[in-house]
Amino acid sequence: MSLVTRLQQLALVAAIGSMSIPAFADEPVRGGTLRMIAQPEPPTLMLGLNQQGPTQFVAGKIYEGLLRYDQELQPMPGLARDWSVSDDGLEYTFHLQEGVLWHDGEPFTSADVVFTMEEFLSEVHPRARGVLAHVEEIEAPDEHTVIFRLKAPFAAFIQSFEVSSAPMIPAHLYQGTDFRDNPANETPIGTGPFKLERWEQGSYIRLTRNEDYWKEGKPYLDGILFNIVPDAASRAVAFETGRVDVLRGGDIEYFDVARLEQMPDVEVTTEGWEFLSPTIWMQFNLRNEPLDDPRFRQAIWHAVNRDFIVDSIWSGYGKVAKGPVNSASPFFDDSLPDVEYDPERAIELLDEMGLEPNRRGVRATIRFLALPYTETYIRMGEYIRQQLQQVGIELDVTQTDVGGWAQTLGQWDYDMTINLLFQYGDPALGIQRAYVSSNLVKGSPSANVSGLDDPAIDELLTRAATESDPEERFRLYSEFQHEIVDNAYFGYLIEAHFPTVYRNNVRNLVNSAIGLNDNMAEVWIER
Amino acid sequence: MDRLNFIAGRLVKGALIVLAIAIMNFFIVRLAPGDPVSVLAGQSGAMDQDYMDELRQRFGLDQPLIVQLWIYLQNLFQGDLGTSYRQGRAVLSVILERLPATLLLTISAAIISVILGVVAGSLAARRRGTWWDTLISSLALLFYATPLFWIGLMAILLFSLVLGWFPAFGMVSPEKEYTGIMHILDVLHHLVLPMTVLGLFYMAVYARLTRASMLEVSEMDFVRTARAKGLPEGYITRRHILRNALLPVITFAGIQAGHLIGGTVLVETVFGWPGVGRLAFDSLLQRDYSVLLGIFLITSIMVVIANIITDVVYTFVDPRIEVKQ
Repeated sequence: MSLVTRLQQLALVAAIGSMSIPAFADEPVRGGTLRMIAQPEPPTLMLGLNQQGPTQFVAGKIYEGLLRYDQELQPMPGLARDWSVSDDGLEYTFHLQEGVLWHDGEPFTSADVVFTMEEFLSEVHPRARGVLAHVEEIEAPDEHTVIFRLKAPFAAFIQSFEVSSAPMIPAHLYQGTDFRDNPANETPIGTGPFKLERWEQGSYIRLTRNEDYWKEGKPYLDGILFNIVPDAASRAVAFETGRVDVLRGGDIEYFDVARLEQMPDVEVTTEGWEFLSPTIWMQFNLRNEPLDDPRFRQAIWHAVNRDFIVDSIWSGYGKVAKGPVNSASPFFDDSLPDVEYDPERAIELLDEMGLEPNRRGVRATIRFLALPYTETYIRMGEYIRQQLQQVGIELDVTQTDVGGWAQTLGQWDYDMTINLLFQYGDPALGIQRAYVSSNLVKGSPSANVSGLDDPAIDELLTRAATESDPEERFRLYSEFQHEIVDNAYFGYLIEAHFPTVYRNNVRNLVNSAIGLNDNMAEVWIER
Repeated sequence: MDRLNFIAGRLVKGALIVLAIAIMNFFIVRLAPGDPVSVLAGQSGAMDQDYMDELRQRFGLDQPLIVQLWIYLQNLFQGDLGTSYRQGRAVLSVILERLPATLLLTISAAIISVILGVVAGSLAARRRGTWWDTLISSLALLFYATPLFWIGLMAILLFSLVLGWFPAFGMVSPEKEYTGIMHILDVLHHLVLPMTVLGLFYMAVYARLTRASMLEVSEMDFVRTARAKGLPEGYITRRHILRNALLPVITFAGIQAGHLIGGTVLVETVFGWPGVGRLAFDSLLQRDYSVLLGIFLITSIMVVIANIITDVVYTFVDPRIEVKQ
C-alpha cells in the first residue's frame, strides 16, 4: 500500500471520527425547556415553609442558599461568595455576592440573611430551628457581610446552608407578617436562576429564565416544565413517549428503570444524593420484648439476606448498609464488621434465648409497621416477613398510609418498622436526633422513637457535634458506629442509590451533592 | 305549579340530607389514624414535638372534636369551607380550580355512556340471538367486570405508547402553550382516553340494563296490541318498548352521578387528569381534613341535585308517576 493511500485512509478515518462528534459538543448552549415530573405535587413552592422532596426539587430553582456543596460535601459559593471560620470555631463570617436581585427587582442584602435566619427559619423551619439553637447572635456589619456567633463550637454548622436547609427569604415581603398566611406564598420570590411563571394546579408548573440572574450568562435553559403525573406507570410511559426528558429517583419503580435504561440515548446516574445519602434501616422498638434482647435483634439481622434485597428488589440501585452513618459521609468507618446472612446463626441465637418454636414453627410474634412509600418498599417488607418466618419470627403486619405510619411511630406503638434516614451532610444534622436520649419525646415520628437510651452513645454524639477537629470527630463517630453495630441496636438494610433516568442530550444535570434539587443554572440541552 | 312545589320540597329535603352528610363526614375523615400534623412531621424529617404542638394549635386541632365540629358548622353556614392545612389556601378556591376538569370528564363520560349504552342495548335486544347480541353482551360483560384502572393502563399502552394517537396524561400540552380554538382541541384530544375509559364501565351497565329491560317490555300485552294494530316495528320499538324500558336506565343514571365521582379518583390518577377526584385522594393521604370535607360537601350537593333532576325527569317520562308533595 502506498504512503499516499494510507494517508488517505487515515484522513478518512479521522473525518468519520470527527463527524460522529459534533464540533464543540461540550460547549454549553443557551435555550430549550427541560421537561421533568414533580410527584407528588408540591403543596406550596414557598421553600421556607415546606421542605418535602417535591418542594425542594421545584423550589430549589427559585430560591437559593448561602452555600452549595460539591459531591464530596465540601462547601461551594452560593449567595455567599466566600466565608471564614474563626480558630475557636465560634464565629462564621460570610461575604455575600454583589448585585443579586430578588425576582421582584429588590436588592438582596445582609439584612435579608439576618431576617431569614433570626426571624423566619427559626420560627417555621423544623430542621433550621435545631441548627439555629446553637447560634448566640447574628450580625450584619455592612450590606454584604453577615457574622454568626455560636454559643459553643458546632462543626456541622458549615453544612447547614444548602438551599433546603436555609433558603434565603425576602425580608421586604415577609418581615412583620404572619409567614404562613402571607399572600406572597402563592407567588414565591427568590434569587434563583428561574422564576415561577405559571402553576396550573394538578397539571403542571412552569418556571422561566431569570433574565437578571446574578451569575453572568446563566442559566442556560429558557425554562423548566414540571408535569404532574400521579401514577408511576404513567410516568414511565411519559418518558417513553418523549414527553419528559428526566425521571427523578422515585418517579418510577426500580423494575422500570432497568427497562428504560435499554432505550437508545438514555442514561442513568445515581449521583446527586450525596447530601441526603438515604440509609434504609429496620428500626426496632427497644422497649418491647423480645426486642430488648440484643440476641433477638442480631437474629433478625442474620436472617435477612440483604444482598438479595439490593440485587433483586432494588434492581442493584444501592449497596448493603453497614451501619448508621452512610458510606458517602466522610465520617463513615469502613472497619465496621460485616454482618453475614446466616439463618443458622439466627436460629442458634433464638435457641439460646430459649424461644422454642410452637406447633406452627413460630418462636416469637412481633408487630411490623410497614413503610407505605412505593411498591419497592412494600415488596421489601414482604420479603423480610418471609425471611423472618423461616427462622420462626412471625411478623404481624400493620398496613397503613404515610399519615398512619407517622402517627403510629410517633406514639411508639410498634415493634419494628422500616425507616429511611437522611444524613443532611453531617451526622449531627441528619441522624443524631434518632439516637440521643434527650430526644426521647413522644409524638414526633422524627424523634428517638425506638427508646434507645445509652449514655455512651449520648456522650459520643454530643462530643462529636461540638468537636472542631475533624480527626477527633471521625474517631468519635467511628466509636459511635461500632457501639450501635456491636449491640445490634438496629438492623441496617441498604444505602439507596436513587437512579435518575435522562436523555443524553441533557448535559451537566448533576453537579452538586443535592443533584436534581439544585438550581440547575448550569444545565443545558444539546441540540 | 304542582311540579314547582314538588321541586321545592325536594330541595328542602336535599338540604337536610347534605347537612347530615356534612356532620357524618366530619367524623368519618377523623377515623383514619394520624392527622395533618403527623403527616407533615413524617415528611419533614425532623419536626420536634413543640413544633407539632404549635401547628395543632394553629390549625385548631388541639380543641375537643365537638368544638371543632361546632366551628366547622358555623363557618359552613357563612359559606366558609376553611383553609387547606397543606396548601395554606382557601378550600373553596382549591376545589373550584379543580372542579371544571372533573365536570368535563364526568359529564362527557355520562353522556357518552348513556347514549352508546342505550343504542348498544337496544341493538342487542332487537337482534336478539344474533352475533350482534353475542358481541355486545360479551363486551358489556368484559367492561363491566374489568377494573377501571387496568383498562386505563392498557388504553395508555395501546393508544399512547404503541399507536401514539392520544396523549398519555394530563389535560393540556403545557409545552405547546395553545390558546383559543387550538386550546379547546388540545383539551378534547386529552379527554378522549379518560372519558372513554370512565364511560366504558357505565356504557356496559346501560347496555345490559337496556337490553334486559327492552326484552321484558317487548313481551308485554300492550306491545302485542301495538303489533296487532299493524304499527311499524321501528315505531313500536321507539314509542312503546324503548320509552318504557328506559325507566330503570334513568334510575340508574341518578345513582351513577355519585359513582362517577368515585370512578374519577382512579381515572384521574391513571391519566393525570387535574380534577377533584385526585385532589380528594391526595387530601386523604395528607389528612387535609378541610379540603376533604369541602370535596365531600360539594359532591354530595351535586349528587342530591342529580337525584332531584332524576325524580323530575321521571314525571315527564312516566305518566304513572304523579307529582305529589
